[in-house]
Amino acid sequence: MSEHYLLQMKNVTKSYYGTTVLKDINLDLKAGEIHAIVGENGAGKSTLMNILFGMPVIHSTGGYQGEILIEGQPAQITSPQQAMSSGIGMVHQEFMLIPNYSITENIKLNRETLKHSFLSRFFGRNLKTLDFKSMHADARKALDTLDIGIEEYTRVAGLPVGYMQFTEIAREIDKTNIKVLVFDEPTAVLAESEAANLLAAMKKLAARGIAILFITHRLDEVMEIADNITVLRDGRLVATRPKEATSVYELAELMVGRKVEKMTRRTDQVSSGNIVLSIKDLSVRMPGEVVSGLNLEVRRGEILGIGGLAGQGKVGVANGIMGLYPSSGTVLVNGEKLPLNNPRESIKRGLAFLSEDRRGVGLLLDSSIEMNIVISSLQNQGRFIRRFGPFSQLNSKEIRGYALKMIKELDIRCTGPTQIVRRLSGGNQQKVCIARALTLNPDILFVSEPTRGIDVGAKRLVLETLVRLNEQGMTIIMTSSELAELRSVCDRIAIVTGGTVAGILSPDDSDVNFGLLMAGQKAGKELSA
Amino acid sequence: MKADTGLETSRKVQIDYWQSVSGFLTNNMVTIMFVALSMAGLYISGMNSTLYINDIISRVSRNSFLVLSLIIPVIAGMGLNFSIVLGAMAAQAAVIFVTHWGVAGFPGILLCVALATPMAMALGYLTGKLFNKTKGQEMISGLIMGFFFAGIYWFIFLQLVGGIIPMDNEVLVLSSGVGIRTTVDLTGGLKYGLDHLYRLPLTTVMIIAGCLGIAYQVYRFVKAAGDSFRNIRFIFGFACMVAVIVWALMIRASGSMVSNIRVPVATWLAIAGLCLFITFFLKTKLGHDMRTVGQDRHVAAVAGIPVDRIRIIAIMMSMVLASWGHIIFLQNMGAFSTYGSHESIGIYAVAAILIGGASVTRATIGQALLGVFLFHTLFIVAPSAGRQLFGDAQVGEYFRVFVAFGVIGVTLAMHAWKRRLQSKLPAVAKAEKE
Repeated sequence: MSEHYLLQMKNVTKSYYGTTVLKDINLDLKAGEIHAIVGENGAGKSTLMNILFGMPVIHSTGGYQGEILIEGQPAQITSPQQAMSSGIGMVHQEFMLIPNYSITENIKLNRETLKHSFLSRFFGRNLKTLDFKSMHADARKALDTLDIGIEEYTRVAGLPVGYMQFTEIAREIDKTNIKVLVFDEPTAVLAESEAANLLAAMKKLAARGIAILFITHRLDEVMEIADNITVLRDGRLVATRPKEATSVYELAELMVGRKVEKMTRRTDQVSSGNIVLSIKDLSVRMPGEVVSGLNLEVRRGEILGIGGLAGQGKVGVANGIMGLYPSSGTVLVNGEKLPLNNPRESIKRGLAFLSEDRRGVGLLLDSSIEMNIVISSLQNQGRFIRRFGPFSQLNSKEIRGYALKMIKELDIRCTGPTQIVRRLSGGNQQKVCIARALTLNPDILFVSEPTRGIDVGAKRLVLETLVRLNEQGMTIIMTSSELAELRSVCDRIAIVTGGTVAGILSPDDSDVNFGLLMAGQKAGKELSA
Repeated sequence: MKADTGLETSRKVQIDYWQSVSGFLTNNMVTIMFVALSMAGLYISGMNSTLYINDIISRVSRNSFLVLSLIIPVIAGMGLNFSIVLGAMAAQAAVIFVTHWGVAGFPGILLCVALATPMAMALGYLTGKLFNKTKGQEMISGLIMGFFFAGIYWFIFLQLVGGIIPMDNEVLVLSSGVGIRTTVDLTGGLKYGLDHLYRLPLTTVMIIAGCLGIAYQVYRFVKAAGDSFRNIRFIFGFACMVAVIVWALMIRASGSMVSNIRVPVATWLAIAGLCLFITFFLKTKLGHDMRTVGQDRHVAAVAGIPVDRIRIIAIMMSMVLASWGHIIFLQNMGAFSTYGSHESIGIYAVAAILIGGASVTRATIGQALLGVFLFHTLFIVAPSAGRQLFGDAQVGEYFRVFVAFGVIGVTLAMHAWKRRLQSKLPAVAKAEKE
């Protein structure tokens, strides 16, 4: 029986410092099968894959219990090299690419074709030179398999993410012995069309007999391509289902472990509120998201959504107003003019910002949770500080108390307020960001892509938190690429196209109107008017 | 050469940038400043050109090998290898013993190399081990390693030599019979062991180099068929080479003192050999792995490259090369201070390569050689420029010390600053592409 399976995991258990993060996971994988693994952040998906790939983080913390069988043979995978030689490839969530290398060099990384040089005859393999001609040919072949037209000698730095992802995949399929390919949330960073390409490529690979393990949050994708689906929750295997026998709703329910319902929007309309933020002729020079001459008015107490396609400028609005990118124009906060290009001023006027770039701009990754929560307030409002004449000191007691309160309120899953943020999962990192923004007690909260890269359960919590804050009187301006999400919480939705507002719609407007506005069609404007 | 195509495209992108000129200026600020300083110094000092040329040839051939030994660790992402001081101490130990045994000239140099190499390898291995424990802090660790090991070195040569290590030599050992004298004189022994192996007049070397250069230009011209720039490049390169030859012939005809200057060809060949080796090495599997490790340790590890081992090899290579470089340095100096000669080696070599435009993450052969040239030009002209300006040669001395350390500080600060800017760069690069 077991010979039919390419890969089997039996009772795999892993604990970090006494906390069990995975318990008794069983997984069977056949050749040519696409097996999806879904689960909330922190459910143990990444840990499971790290075990499979022999990542050092597993073995430096005491290894794992249980058994992994490859083609029926027990295998102890203790290093990535070993995983690779056993035929396991991985497309990492964070790209394992060297930006300054060409695509070829990245595809052939550490598997370079070598040729003899005059010194290698004396000093061995290490002094053989690289054979770029054959490397380029191999790379071309792998890229062609994926139907990617890009030149193999292009430098990776500056490529769109989609291409980076395909470079990683090309690297894996270039390996001659590849049997199992792991995709760790491959579509999280991709635009919709890119994701579609990727799914097509995965199907193609599976058709060639490669078994695919597909980790994702997007349940619709799972339903689209997976043959079997395993759901993890809190380190346990909840269920394994063939696709035919399940549905998105069931999966979501299994994943979250509580009844899922569509988010109910508040009914009390605040359309009568006075103007709290007025944007006139705003231009922001944010690379890739340029805003040019945008006008927008925000009413007190509403949730205003900003939607639109990627690259049209919707992300630039909040970044410009918060002073993170050079901008010009007039912005009135409560009727007073806001000095632009000055983040400190923006914070002083009661604006706060949840950046779309969580790991880059949003967080001090190597600082503790509590420090991340209070740092903005500490720097800009002088809270959490004890003063002794000219000296000041952190009020660690107050910080600790406040951090504990926030952790509880927002349900941040962590080992404690001193844990460093890098170790948290995406959803929990986002919650830390929210906590930080709340600490500033803002009147107006800008939220950019609040649910990007986080799972269904956490997504819901984040959105619920935003709605709750709004009910307490906070005005929220939420930028998101996910229209469905905007429509579930917003009072009005502004669609930004070509750097300006193409039109403002109510969340109940038809899909057609949204679609037309996003595509920059005139008809959309007329319809909404 | 195909590997460079990627770089070519990125350069083109930059040319479109109106900022390319100002970008060039900021990126090469240090080098440009030093070119200006050196030229001003040369002008102010009113120095005799023969003296200057003679001096600079001697200094460049003395120091280049040592500075070149810094390149490999930079490529492996370990920053500027201040621990080459340990290699220098290995070289000094070898030189002391060879002097004691009385082996002179070129055979003596070879014996030094044979002795210093295993010592440098052992020290390099240990240093590499330490660096693997202090990733990201290699520079400060290297600096401290230098101080730490100096203690052991002093102990060996002050206490053990003449005691546990028997050495019966009145010239080398202190009158008490224990410990090496503070200065070791190599005259009549290793002095000029390599430099005087084979020397040619400067003008002859220029003519030979010119001819070789022309041959290379022709080779490239033939090879680059189809390249639209090949004619212009060929004419320019050819003209430069011809100019060098004509210049050499003019110097000869004028009967100026410059035509009497002779060049230590053997030393230059050693330096050229090292340059060729580094260029070749970077194209090998090991060299490529080093570049990969230097770019991103994590990615390299995931790709299955034994990161720690590669880093140790990089430091060992650097250490061995530094010990050879220091032997070249010592044989040219002809005497050295037993307990202090190694000290400034690391700092000055690092300052030189930084002046050439290198940084903590990027260093090329060209930068190393240019840096040595500029650094020593400043060293030569600073005292007399100081005397001309302030009536005191000491002021110039102070200035050059200030410059050597200042440039290290400024470069490290600029590196940190650039890295902060770079966190915003990917977005910009992405936008450019679209």
